[in-house]
Amino acid sequence: MKLRIGAIADPGTSIVNRTGGWRSEKPLIDHSLCIRCFNCILYCPDSAVKYSEKEGIYFDYDFCKGCGICANECSGRAIYMVMEEK
Amino acid sequence: MGVYRFEGGDTVKNLFVSGHRACAGCGMAIAVKLILEAAGEDVIVVSPTGCLEIVSSPYPETSWRVPWIHSLFENAASVASGIEAGLKALGRKHEAKVLAIAGDGATADIGMGPLSGMFERGHDITYICYDNEAYMNTGVQRSSMTPPGASATTSPAGKVSFGEIHPKKDLASIAVAHGVGYVATASVGYGLDLMRKVRRAIDHDGPSFIHLHTSCCTGWRHPSSKTIEISRLAVLTGLWPLYEVVDGEITDVKRLPKRLPVEDYLKTQGRFSHLFRMEGGEEIIRRIQAIADANAERFGLDLEG
Ligand SMILES: Cc1ncc(C[n+]2csc(CCOP(=O)(O)OP(=O)(O)O)c2C)c(N)n1
Ligand code: SF4
Ligand code: SF4
Ligand code: SF4
Ligand SMILES: [Mg+2]
Repeated sequence: MKLRIGAIADPGTSIVNRTGGWRSEKPLIDHSLCIRCFNCILYCPDSAVKYSEKEGIYFDYDFCKGCGICANECSGRAIYMVMEEK
Repeated sequence: MGVYRFEGGDTVKNLFVSGHRACAGCGMAIAVKLILEAAGEDVIVVSPTGCLEIVSSPYPETSWRVPWIHSLFENAASVASGIEAGLKALGRKHEAKVLAIAGDGATADIGMGPLSGMFERGHDITYICYDNEAYMNTGVQRSSMTPPGASATTSPAGKVSFGEIHPKKDLASIAVAHGVGYVATASVGYGLDLMRKVRRAIDHDGPSFIHLHTSCCTGWRHPSSKTIEISRLAVLTGLWPLYEVVDGEITDVKRLPKRLPVEDYLKTQGRFSHLFRMEGGEEIIRRIQAIADANAERFGLDLEG
């Protein structure tokens, strides 16, 4: 690999590294229980919890490592973890 | 001073992007994401060698969407000082604030001298020490921030040892003694409080210092889902008091309606498990409780006396 001067990398390029493959459990959500406190977004170490007006809370499984923090911190107990099947 | 508001929803800036290699459930990764969320884009960040640098910058990739530079293990404060002095000399200080985000080993052990110099020279830098209480990146060796009773690979619990014996260095007081105008403790378990303090530290002119407690599920040995809960327990037991020191005066202490016994924190982590198994462990737990009691006394943590 050729090093650029100062070993400069372009911003945000770790996005090519799909960490979803690390997962053994994955989060699911029961939307009817979500109170939109956004704890899940606040505390996800991998920025894998997303939100849109239309879809509500959803997960980016390309990057979710399955740590379970979002489920543990969910105020509405809307998020739960299930064994990943591949 | 600025107040930070977390709108949540789809407004997040995501300046520390996905794809980083931190362990699942890493407290430091959460903290760094929140620091940048509060700091915004107009910052230049320096990190020394340690987990943060390793997980975020395997060349040619980087997880940073703000300018970021890796110093040596020992000199993040010196490199940050140079950047700040350079911006000043070029008349470009208004363009970016300088941030150093460094581990406990890099800060309290090998980088203590450079940090002291940075404070002394009065650079306009926000220095944040993320304290996961050991040298995690090289395999959980003890640092001067490893708490008493914790087992680390160089202070292992065993037949004749209960693990670490020395108290944690009081980093906040060291910063205050240098006359640093804004000093705070923070915890990844209190994300909004952390972001508010980051904003205040950045808006403060001159050096500011945040001592930030971040659980490391790998080194502390607890389930990855418990990172936030356990970080909060450190605060709720009085082992990690949250407070600010503005111009030498302690302000804004987080008070506790009902302080929990330290066992509630210790029993959640493998690094303390020997204290509950070994003969004589209760005595060490009593001493750890005494540390929490002294904190409560010093900072007035208990809402009801
Ligand atoms: C001068 C020097 N000594 C030792 C090392 C090896 N080393 C790399 S990271 C590290 C420990 C980092 O600990 P800390 O600052 O607490 O960060 P953490 O990994 O816990 O996030 C050590 C000892 C080094 N890179 N440079
Ligand atoms: S399981 Fe962990 S990585 Fe996955 S979305 Fe929840 S908090 Fe994020
Ligand atoms: S933490 Fe739970 S209740 Fe809060 S926004 Fe996320 S899914 Fe909804
Ligand atoms: S070893 Fe600890 S601090 Fe380092 S990436 Fe893993 S969880 Fe984070
Ligand atoms: Mg460390």
